[in-house]
Amino acid sequence: MGIVECKDIKKTYQQGKIEVHALKDVSLSIDKGGFAALAGPSGSGKTTLLNIIGGLDQPDSGSVSVAGNTFEKMTQSQLALLRLHNVGFIFQSYNLIPVLSAVENVEFVMLLQGVQATQRRERAMAILDDVGLEGKYHRRPAELSGGQQQRVAVARAIVSNPSIVLADEPTANLDSKTGNGLLEMMRKMNEEKKVTFIFSTHDKMVMDYARRLVLIRDGRIVDDKIK
Amino acid sequence: MSMDVKMAWRNIWRNPRRTILTISAIAFASLLLVFMLSFQFGSYETMINSSVKIHTGHLQVQSTGYQDKKSIRLVVPDPDAIGKILDQIQNVEAYTFRADAFSLVSSKKRTYGSMVIGIDPVKEEKVSTLKSLIRKGSYLVKDDADQVLIGNLLAKNLKVDIQDEITILGQGRDGSIAATVVKIKGIYSSGIDDLDRSSIHMPLKYFQDVYGMYGAVHEVVVIGKSLKKTKIIKAALSAGIKKTDPKDRLVVLDWKELMPGLLQSIELDLVSGIIFYFLLILVVAFSILNTFLMVIFERTREFGVLKAIGTTPGRLTKLLLIESISMTMIGIVAGIIAGSLITLFFQEHGIDISGASDLLSQFGISGRIYPRLSILSALIGPGAVFVITFLSALYPAFKIRSLNPVEAMTYV
Repeated sequence: MGIVECKDIKKTYQQGKIEVHALKDVSLSIDKGGFAALAGPSGSGKTTLLNIIGGLDQPDSGSVSVAGNTFEKMTQSQLALLRLHNVGFIFQSYNLIPVLSAVENVEFVMLLQGVQATQRRERAMAILDDVGLEGKYHRRPAELSGGQQQRVAVARAIVSNPSIVLADEPTANLDSKTGNGLLEMMRKMNEEKKVTFIFSTHDKMVMDYARRLVLIRDGRIVDDKIK
Repeated sequence: MSMDVKMAWRNIWRNPRRTILTISAIAFASLLLVFMLSFQFGSYETMINSSVKIHTGHLQVQSTGYQDKKSIRLVVPDPDAIGKILDQIQNVEAYTFRADAFSLVSSKKRTYGSMVIGIDPVKEEKVSTLKSLIRKGSYLVKDDADQVLIGNLLAKNLKVDIQDEITILGQGRDGSIAATVVKIKGIYSSGIDDLDRSSIHMPLKYFQDVYGMYGAVHEVVVIGKSLKKTKIIKAALSAGIKKTDPKDRLVVLDWKELMPGLLQSIELDLVSGIIFYFLLILVVAFSILNTFLMVIFERTREFGVLKAIGTTPGRLTKLLLIESISMTMIGIVAGIIAGSLITLFFQEHGIDISGASDLLSQFGISGRIYPRLSILSALIGPGAVFVITFLSALYPAFKIRSLNPVEAMTYV
């Protein structure tokens, strides 16, 4: 059984009077330690699928489980705790907390988990070192470049030792050199720390890095290949 | 500082101008409440003390029923016995005896009905401010007999002045006619029109002779060491009288029972004050509500991210409440400090109310009012501000619980 199991997922949105079928009977299983990309053009349903896997959105029908936890009938608070302990998120536009410094942004997740203050600080600094941000611990997001902010976001996503990290178009706002460096870093973490990464992307560079490429079009998986 | 507090503090100052405006509104409301409540409490105390000092005293011993029906026959037959009880009570500052009789007072030109009050000039001096109210002529002395003090309005109505003679005609305690001719020794002005228009003070001894009182009086007037001691003195005095008066012919009344009108005026003023304060606090509450609805509006995306990374709805509510409480507390503390300083200044120097309202002048207050700062007046208003602003911040704090993270993160 994979770390992520999706079965017969259907999701329909209402846009005015028009029904948009974002996902049509999608079933997907991703193994632990995977480095997979959900690829497809805009509006294909890849971000919807990623959000459903992360428990941010609920499917109309079908079942989802992450690390053995089935989402069905979970309350908002239970889903929040599941995300806190099992899912790390990396967003296209970084989404760091602007009033917190780099190290505090990373610490915040551990604060939510109830990790002790001194341990929090040590672990946050160590992980920032791992993502190449030594000495930039106390800078606020506004004082960091896009690439550096995304590295902080990666550090925040993996610091809680989640079962999976979901990255929604992580390189979309970065230049190719920075994006390449970031992907290299994530692949290294995947290999060394065995963190499972799932990307949603239409960036060819991300697709090239991924070891598994799931192609989605019009709400359906049209191709699924392991490289 | 915990990270929650640190985050709240930094968030507060993300928009310094708005924060300062909101804090200023809270501080100003708190300041105003501290000052206004202290002013009200101070003016009530002044009203009570002035009324008490001019006439009623803190307590009176009367014959049962005299307060409602001022019959000359309802007397305290042995005032010295009451005096002995009062001498034993610790918190009594002074006491005096008085006798009253409604009589006709005539000058050469006019006749008016008036309350003739017999006073002990020496004892009265320690209990009431009558002596200090003399505007013309002089106060009575121990051995004065057929001399009286008269209210300025009555003197004006009778068209008399000091050294003029007036005739008093009334009914004695024994049913006989009480009649005398007296000379005006002094004219007083208390500021209380009713008193100045219809009262005459004469020596008690002379009164008792004219009205056939046989040593009896109508009131034993008591002044305690402070207003707050009234309750203790009343209890001790009632217990003392009970021993010598088992048939309950005498009763001890405090200033509230003696001047129900004063208490009602205070209550009415307090209620109208409370309505004003409530409206003031409501305006501040809307300001807080507006601030936090703006916060949610501006930071929807951020709240979505916080939810996405695992912040529970409860924690989000807590974070927003810490922000609102911190902001409110800064405003309240600043308001209490500023309000207390302003109040202390006026407590020292007083506020000129020479153009005072009719209500105040009825109770003998003219000139200056001194606000009285107390823990109650310093905290009760700001406390209400805190509670109401906290309640108004609950709405936005709970509103963010239902935010959908996906929708929130796409919010621009």
